[in-house]
Amino acid sequence: MLRHTTTRLLNNISTRNAINRTTIAAALRVIPTRKSLATSATKSKAKHDEDIDDFKLVVHTSADSKPAASKKTAADASSPGSNALKYAYQERSGFGTRPIYLDVQATTPTDPRVLDQMLKFFTGLYGNPHSNTHSYGWETNNEIEKARENVAKVIGANPKEIIFTSGATESNNMALKGVARFYKKTKNHIITTRTEHKCVLEAARAMKNEGYDITFLNVNEQGLIDLKELEKAIRPETCLVSVMAVNNEIGVMQPIKEIGSICRKHKVFFHTDAAQAYGKIPLDVNEMNIDLMSVSSHKIYGPKGVGAIYVRRRPRVRLEPIISGGGQERGLRSGTLSPPLVCGFGEAARLVREEYEADSEHIKKLSKKLTDGLLSIEQTTLNGSPIHHFPGCVNISFAYVEGESLLMALRDIALSSGSACTSASLEPSYVLHALGKDDALAHSSIRFGIGRFTTEEEIDYVIKAIKERVEFLRELSPLWEMVKEGIDLNSIEWSGH
Amino acid sequence: MSTIAALTKPQILNLYRQYIRTAKDFTSYNFREYFLRKARRDFRLYKDQIKTEEDALAKFNMIREELAILKRQSIISEMYTFDKLVVEPIKTPK
Ligand SMILES: Cc1ncc(COP(=O)(O)O)c(C=O)c1O
Repeated sequence: MLRHTTTRLLNNISTRNAINRTTIAAALRVIPTRKSLATSATKSKAKHDEDIDDFKLVVHTSADSKPAASKKTAADASSPGSNALKYAYQERSGFGTRPIYLDVQATTPTDPRVLDQMLKFFTGLYGNPHSNTHSYGWETNNEIEKARENVAKVIGANPKEIIFTSGATESNNMALKGVARFYKKTKNHIITTRTEHKCVLEAARAMKNEGYDITFLNVNEQGLIDLKELEKAIRPETCLVSVMAVNNEIGVMQPIKEIGSICRKHKVFFHTDAAQAYGKIPLDVNEMNIDLMSVSSHKIYGPKGVGAIYVRRRPRVRLEPIISGGGQERGLRSGTLSPPLVCGFGEAARLVREEYEADSEHIKKLSKKLTDGLLSIEQTTLNGSPIHHFPGCVNISFAYVEGESLLMALRDIALSSGSACTSASLEPSYVLHALGKDDALAHSSIRFGIGRFTTEEEIDYVIKAIKERVEFLRELSPLWEMVKEGIDLNSIEWSGH
Repeated sequence: MSTIAALTKPQILNLYRQYIRTAKDFTSYNFREYFLRKARRDFRLYKDQIKTEEDALAKFNMIREELAILKRQSIISEMYTFDKLVVEPIKTPK
């Protein structure tokens, strides 16, 4: 069967030049059979290793999967920037070509131990976890409940308070829309901040259209909200305060415990978007008086497309479900759960607890090295508070370098500019704006994400690469030349603008 | 119980060696490096963390279970491979 498919594949791709027919034919001969895999399992496989190496020529990283953006820059190559780009394309001979992954705020690689938990649901445990008349349902349901317990333990919650969703986006929508709609007879006011993730901001805006009043709290230049301002903003009609735990662009940690006690004092529900915080900083829903919390699996080395919302039972938080149906998940989120995703998430949550100390220590060490290394370049600044800061997210501005050009020049490192979720747009980040950064500085910011699987060798490579290329791009910049000559750029009157 | 509880040094070393060898089989640079780092850490802490023979056995079994997972996953990693990273030297066949 496999051979048959491959032969067909061979015919289909004969027009592509990246992989030629001979390579495929060679690869075809080494498709592992059950026996060869078994051999590899028993480790008597010195020769077999080479065969497997050839096998990769058939699939997976396709050589021409370069993003559209790179085509554009190739076309731009006649412009003065072309030298920089040529420089950027330079490959180290004798080394691989796949970029270093430093974008763990966008998503994390799935831990192999998580995948191992997930596979059995594709091979045998296919029962519907909500079928309670036979063992197929029971066995899957058992696994789901184990996962729920693991997810709850990370934040000191009761498993009954965990509702599985499709991710933090859904959880955030559920919290904002669900709570507000349930209490709409008596309350009509929501408080949130300017630096929230887009999905909270957009959900809040949607509620505005439904007639609710929204207060967006400002943050200071450190990225932190003012607790007094928060307390002043609370009214008798306020139903919900939503403040994120760790910011996804600058890694700033809000004072969650203090916010929790303010909300409890005024009997207002407190929701926190903990997508970037869950499993990475200490969180305890009881100690911190958190009533609702959104979490996401793919930020903690779990599969994408699953997450959860914590909904407090005592004192009870009521919310109107967004999705109606068979009444699964306490009626708050109907629809058949996906056992592989949920259990993958559960395993990821278990691991994040087990590895907490080792991961934190590792991330802290690499983060310090990276931050020190990059800040030693002149005219660079760390964005956001250096103290109330999760070390795995380092956001740095490189003055007189355009962030997008730097990203183009850093094709060997997978990074994101400040404007994370809208990487295609040239709009500077609203988070950095909220911190009071000007357009130029917001444009020249880059976010570095460090996680469980980042290595020290990668960090060394990144520091060196950034140093070289920032220097190179600045050489091309007339502004930088003026700065070097000691001209105060603010004193210049720009004309024709 | 006494036969299992008395873990011998060669038994532990053997587990360690197998773990390292399996970790090296991952074709993904990041997973390989991670499990090698983890092996070194786990076995370095092995002595400090363990007070009783029960602890020792529990930890031993935990690592052994993880080794079984790594054995399966390293094979999967060999079936689905990707280009090497820019920090990885490409081995030229001898
Ligand atoms: C703070 C924050 N909230 C929500 C989300 C969305 O999470 P999900 O992808 O699980 O919907 C993200 C991830 O991009 C995030 O960083």
